[in-house]
Amino acid sequence: MTILQFFLWSLLKVVVVTVVMLMAVAYTVLLERKLVGRIQNRWGPSRVGPFGLLQPLVDGAKLFLKEDLIPTAVYRPLYLIAPVIALGCALISIAVVPFGEPNVGPGGIHFFQISDVNIGLLVILGITSIGVYGIALSGWSSNNKYSLLGSLRSSAQLISYELALGLALVGVVMRAGSLNLRVIVESQAAKGIASWNIFGGFQFVAFLVYLTAAYAETNRAPFDLPEAESELTAGYHTEYSSMKFAMFFMAEYANMITVSCVATLLFLGGWTSPLGNLFPPPENIFAHALFPIFWFVLKVFSFLFLYVWVRGTLPRFRYDQLMNFGWRYLMPIAILNILGTSLWLAYR
Amino acid sequence: MHLILFIVFAGFCLAGAINLLLQSHPINSALSLIVVMTSLAVLYLLLGAEFLAAAQVIVYAGAIMVLFTFVVMLLNAGREDRTLGSRSARVVGFPAVVVILGVLATVILKAQGLGVVTLSDGITSTADLSTVLFRELLLPFEVTSVLILIAILGAVALARSGDGERTSK
Repeated sequence: MTILQFFLWSLLKVVVVTVVMLMAVAYTVLLERKLVGRIQNRWGPSRVGPFGLLQPLVDGAKLFLKEDLIPTAVYRPLYLIAPVIALGCALISIAVVPFGEPNVGPGGIHFFQISDVNIGLLVILGITSIGVYGIALSGWSSNNKYSLLGSLRSSAQLISYELALGLALVGVVMRAGSLNLRVIVESQAAKGIASWNIFGGFQFVAFLVYLTAAYAETNRAPFDLPEAESELTAGYHTEYSSMKFAMFFMAEYANMITVSCVATLLFLGGWTSPLGNLFPPPENIFAHALFPIFWFVLKVFSFLFLYVWVRGTLPRFRYDQLMNFGWRYLMPIAILNILGTSLWLAYR
Repeated sequence: MHLILFIVFAGFCLAGAINLLLQSHPINSALSLIVVMTSLAVLYLLLGAEFLAAAQVIVYAGAIMVLFTFVVMLLNAGREDRTLGSRSARVVGFPAVVVILGVLATVILKAQGLGVVTLSDGITSTADLSTVLFRELLLPFEVTSVLILIAILGAVALARSGDGERTSK
């Protein structure tokens, strides 16, 4: 493959994945509004298009057309770059996520993954940890006490929960013996649902720790203290309007999708079928390519559903409860899980 | 290709370091330090140390610098005043820096048996790294971790004793 071919294929993949990701973000917002509506016994958006399906597009147009206010007292350079950091980091991390069968492209091209990196898992963790600066700087540069409190809370929360999140993943990495996301998925492919890390790999404790920590990392309820409406108006994005606000909004939902993808890859066997090798793989090349994508999307969707369900059900933590929970329970549990997994791997 | 990337990111690294010194606002300095850390990660990657690069981004650019900016924001540190600088620093400081750099450079250049790294496509896998770390260098590794543990315990002890005095009064 020449360098030009490589460049063109990569460009194509990047464009397609970005467009799909942005559409997924828009419709995750709709999914959330509809589901929370049903949980609260009301309809949710239902006026624009059939079942309100065109609502995200109209919302997008509205946010584009709104007036873009910049308060006079903000620190401009950081105020302007903060939403770009937040959205950029949220979109970049999808680049290492494999979402389909690897061996379907012609000429050794991996159709369903932008970049196959040896240390894919660490790349995702690294980009997520850089993404914090978007929130931290937005709050500080806004020169507003609500914003500052929101971003301080967010930084503290991220520092506390990132440890538990990283430690929860160590068990999975030890079982697969690799940090490559594709290898991790293939290590769970043999017997379908029975060899998924969450069941066959006995990593359900790690799964629960990861899920809790990830909810905190993405600032979602019940850990949405950085933007707690009742105390901080809107938290770190109080002073943002129009598209700059929309960028934070999109970053939050893009992060949710990335977290769901990672959970799918690490604990639910990624694109592999839950039936395992019971049925022979389909002969048809299109079916061979599309079935894995179907399973992947289904799993990611169920995680997004869970996100909204949790948001609609649980009340927000108090700040001291949040910190106690992270340091006193999640961290020790994650460390014990590493200990247990390594003992099991050594003596089985 | 490797050489171009090396020059670009080494340039970023130096520019970030100089900007770190020149900026008068703490948060700008902290951000320049993040630029330095991430460009260093790219340099590690160019030398084939992929795990080290990822760890550099996660630990230094991610965790430690978040803590730095957190503290700067929490204390709401204002602009620093620019002083004229002390004369002794000017007279002694610059020659001293040159001498130290010269000594370090000669030691590194003269030292034998350090091994060679080149800008290349070769990659040291995480498995190789951990083999070296946990077999050949196990003792230094564990000693370092005990050292860090002692530092953590010391910090906790200091924090607790301050708390105890306040409650006893």
